[in-house]
Order: sequence, then C-alpha cells, then structure tokens
Amino acid sequence: MGRGRGRDYTGRTMPSPSSAIRPKRGKKGSETPIVTPVSARKRVAPSRQVVRGDRGVKVTRAVTIRRSADELYAFWRQIENLPRIVKHPLTIERVSDIASHWAASAPVGDRRVEWDAVIINDEPGKLIAWRSREGAEIPNAGTVRFAPAPGDEGTEVTVTLEYNPPAGKLGAWFAKLSGQEPAQQVTEALRRFKALMEAGEIPTTEGQPSGRPQNTKAKRS
Amino acid sequence: MKAVCWMGKKKMEVQRVPDPRILNPRDCVLRVTATAICGSDLHLYNGYIPTLEKGDILGHEFMGEVVEVGPEVKKLKVGDRVVVPFTISCGGCIHCSRTLWSCCDNTNPNAALLEALAGQSGAAIYGYSALYGGYAGGQAEYVRVPFADTGPIKIESDLPDDKLLFLSDIFPTGYMAAENCDIVPGRSVVAVWGCGPVGQFAIRSALLLGAAKVIAIDNVPERLRMAEAGGAVAINHDEVDDVQDELRAHTGGRGPDAAIDAVGMEAHGSVYDQVKQTLKLENDRAYALRQAMRAVRKGGVLSIPGVYSGFVDKVPMGAVFAKAVTIKQGQTHMHRYLRPLLKLVEDGKIDPSFVITHRVPLGHAPQAYAMFCDKKDGCIKVVLDPAM
Repeated sequence: MGRGRGRDYTGRTMPSPSSAIRPKRGKKGSETPIVTPVSARKRVAPSRQVVRGDRGVKVTRAVTIRRSADELYAFWRQIENLPRIVKHPLTIERVSDIASHWAASAPVGDRRVEWDAVIINDEPGKLIAWRSREGAEIPNAGTVRFAPAPGDEGTEVTVTLEYNPPAGKLGAWFAKLSGQEPAQQVTEALRRFKALMEAGEIPTTEGQPSGRPQNTKAKRS
Repeated sequence: MKAVCWMGKKKMEVQRVPDPRILNPRDCVLRVTATAICGSDLHLYNGYIPTLEKGDILGHEFMGEVVEVGPEVKKLKVGDRVVVPFTISCGGCIHCSRTLWSCCDNTNPNAALLEALAGQSGAAIYGYSALYGGYAGGQAEYVRVPFADTGPIKIESDLPDDKLLFLSDIFPTGYMAAENCDIVPGRSVVAVWGCGPVGQFAIRSALLLGAAKVIAIDNVPERLRMAEAGGAVAINHDEVDDVQDELRAHTGGRGPDAAIDAVGMEAHGSVYDQVKQTLKLENDRAYALRQAMRAVRKGGVLSIPGVYSGFVDKVPMGAVFAKAVTIKQGQTHMHRYLRPLLKLVEDGKIDPSFVITHRVPLGHAPQAYAMFCDKKDGCIKVVLDPAM
C-alpha cells in the first residue's frame, strides 16, 4: 500500500505527482482550486514566471483546526514561526514586513539552498500568498487560505504550493528531501501546525528509551 | 531502569535501558507500581502487528506515582498516584471535545503510517508499534506519560493497585463493549465470544447495566468457570455440536439481542484462516466474528472490542444486511469511563481484581508472556510488579 501517495489529509483522491505537473482544470481531483491560483491574482506575475513551462509541480493539502482563522493567520503571518512546523531544518529571516530570506541545508557538498521570498497577497484572517524572487534556484510560490469550517467548528486551512524541481544533483537532493512526495511534506507540516495550535505541542518520541543496541550502552550498570 | 522489550516473534527480554525523561512540556514521568500484560499484547508478541521494532518497550496497562512533571502540567504534581488510560489523547481536538477520545487527532507522531493503512489515524497507544505512535510502554520501572493533564486519573482513596490497575484498559474496554449493546434492563440477552480478561469485564458490565442474561462462549474451562462466577451461562464451544443451535436453545429461538466479539484477530477454529494468516494473505482470523454475525438476533447489535488489524476474509455481510444488524466497535474512548468506573470500584459494585490469576516480578515477564499466550497454569491475567 502506498504511503499516502495520491491522497490528501481528508482521504480524498488527489492527482498523482505526474498528473499534477500540468494541472488539468475541471478534472476530478484538480477541479476549480479551493485557492485561487497565484497566477489569477492581480498583483502577481503570470505563474509561468515562477514555475516555468511544464516542469512545475503543484500540491494542495488541507486540514481543519479547532482555532479561529485570525489566530491561525497570525501564526503564519509571523513568518519566522514556520520552521517550527516544517520538519526539515529551515531558517527564515524577516527582511521587511513582506520580504524574507529562506535557507535550508542541502547535503550536497555541504551547500545550502537559499532564496528570497516576498508576500504578494495578504488578506488578514483569510489568506497569505507568497512567491520566490527572481533568481531563486528552486522557484516556488504558495498560498495559505483560512476559512471557517461548517458549523463554526474551527477553521479549514488549505495550502497550495507550486515549485519548479531543479535538475541535476540539487534536484536529486530535493526529490529525496521531499520523499518523492512533496504533498506528504505539506501534509506533515499541516499536521504539526494543527497539533501545535490544538494541543500546544507537537507529539514526539525522540529521545525516549528502547532496548535497541545504541540505547542499551548508555546506561548498563 | 529495567524494561520489557520485544526482541522478535515470541521473544521478550528484560533489558536495562536509559530512564525516560520529559520530552514535551505536557509530559510527566511515572514510577510504575503495577503493570499488566494485555491480551492485545499477545498480538504483538506473536508478530501480527506490523511496524513493531526490536527493542520496543511494551505495555499499555499501568499505574504509578508521578516523579516528574513538565512545565505545562497543571493538574498533577510529584507524588500523585495515578492510573493511566492506554490511549493517548490531547484534549484539544474536535474528537476529544466530542468525547471520541480514541479518535484524537494530535498524539500520533507517525500518523502518516496509519493513514496509509486506515485512511486516518486515531489516538496513539503506549507500547503498541510505530503504527500507533511508537511510544515506549509501561512494562518498565518508569514511563513517560505525554498530555499528562488529559489522560491519567488521580487516585485519592487508598484502594490497592489490584483493584485500580484495570481502569487502564480492560475494565473500560469491557464496559464500553457492553454499553454498545444498547442493553434494555431486564430484557436484553447478551452473548459474549471470548472469556479472556476483556470478555470477563464485558460479562460483568453487561449484568451491571441490567442484562437479563449473559451467555459466555469459550473453550478454556477455567475461563468459563470465571464467567459463571460472574453470573454468565457458559457454553464450551468444543463440547457442543453447533454454537448457534445452543444459543437458540438459551434464547427461546430468538438469538441473542447483542453479540460481543471479545476475541478479535487470533480466533481459533478455522484452519483456512490459520493458513492464510501464516502466509500473510490475511491479517486477521475472524472465526468468532463470523459466528457472532450469524448468531445475533434480527435488529440486534454486534459489539466488537476484539482487536482487528487489517483485512478479514469471508465476512458474512449478507447476514448482517439480512438481519439489519448494527455494528459498534473501535478503540475504547477511555477517558469517558475513568471517573464513572472508578466510582463503581470505590462503591464496591465491582472488584476488578477478580480477573488476576498471576502476580510476578517484572523480571519474569518473558516467562509470563509465554504462559499467558499458551494459557498454561490457568493463566487469565498477569500483573507484573516492578518492585518485586
């Protein structure tokens, strides 16, 4: 059984990564996006400038969180918060109210992947959209949207991420980082976000004892 | 500390491992004063639950004394005596808020694994494989308890551990199984497949809830005797031609109003399932489940506290449909039952220690697992004492 491949958090079938490369409008799974595509927004350049040609990948994932849209929006708008919910080591430095500098380590010759990002749409309590600036090694763009869940039971948080997977060694690393399934990375980030907001912490077992060899040495009396 | 580790199929070892510590702000650490081997631990012992790793510390039935609390723990303090429910719940998600505690969204760090198998992940469970969160279990001298303000119930009375320990799983599990039967006091007849510890508590709970008659089905004489002592009519399925005929005879031809499958995935009686399970063509042997589906009365309820892990063959859905049977099941919503059942114990309405047949030191856990698995020496329930 695949590990979540082709399924979103709610269990709906989503397009496979190959079919997601060129989203087909109106087809099941990639019909009218819940989030207005970045390309359709006024202040934004056409998406092909961010995610060029037919190499772009687009993923959409959603989660419902038992907190108000304003509270959830506030966490995301404070962009330095995001490394807390992304599992891969990532640093985000705020440059201005809308600009930020992102860096992730890449185990390819000790190099780092860095890029500048800018918020291109901001509707408090509703939506934040961003894209990488010209010259990014991995051109990317994303949207997070906050909408009340039916019956006012929390907020539906929907993230859409588009990026252009690079070629060569860096591309191979990127594929590894995203486990061939970038959608799963987004799912995990949303899961951690939800836990942090609802439970106050992200569940973990890292650092607990077990009877595996590396552990038993630590305290054998 | 000493801890009971799974080292492979039918291979348990007591090892020295590092002591647990606080990893998250809502954690506490307990010194375990009593812990037990659960029937569902045997599914792990026998290697039927995927993603269990060599070295994993087992045990989800335990109680003890708080020795350390994290900075966000408000309700517990060092020195408190607590019983810990086997499911780990956050208390903040929509499912916890609806008292569907075992469906908690936020406690399984490996939720993706269970999502791949079941579509969604519920609450994590202590010592029950990576699939259920990979948390170290409580068959140890110390254990880390996450979300300590939500799970553990503080004990104010001086009742002995023997009477309290089973609030951690089998008493609430048997009780919820009986509650799911929609018992009409004085009228309902309930049949219980499997007289292991959960079956025993289901029998007694059904009677506490007013069942007119409880019929217990098993083939282990001492388990049937314990069921009879609890007020049930016993059927030894090895000594009757046909369980269904026998049930009809006990119910004026109607069949039981509710059927409880307290057996689960390792039922005996079908060579077909044994072979398929061994060849990994089927996860679960569902002999008892099929029998219960056929025997339950029209319009009745099938309540399933027995554990199933994956796929089951030859389920008679036709019988379930034809008779308009309601199926109720799932992991126990533990936190619902802790307080009410503690009160039943404190009021003397039930003494859960009736089920204990063996008390052994924690260090004897490997032998105890083998004895319990083989039902040797009249073994029904083993309590492990870390201090012995």
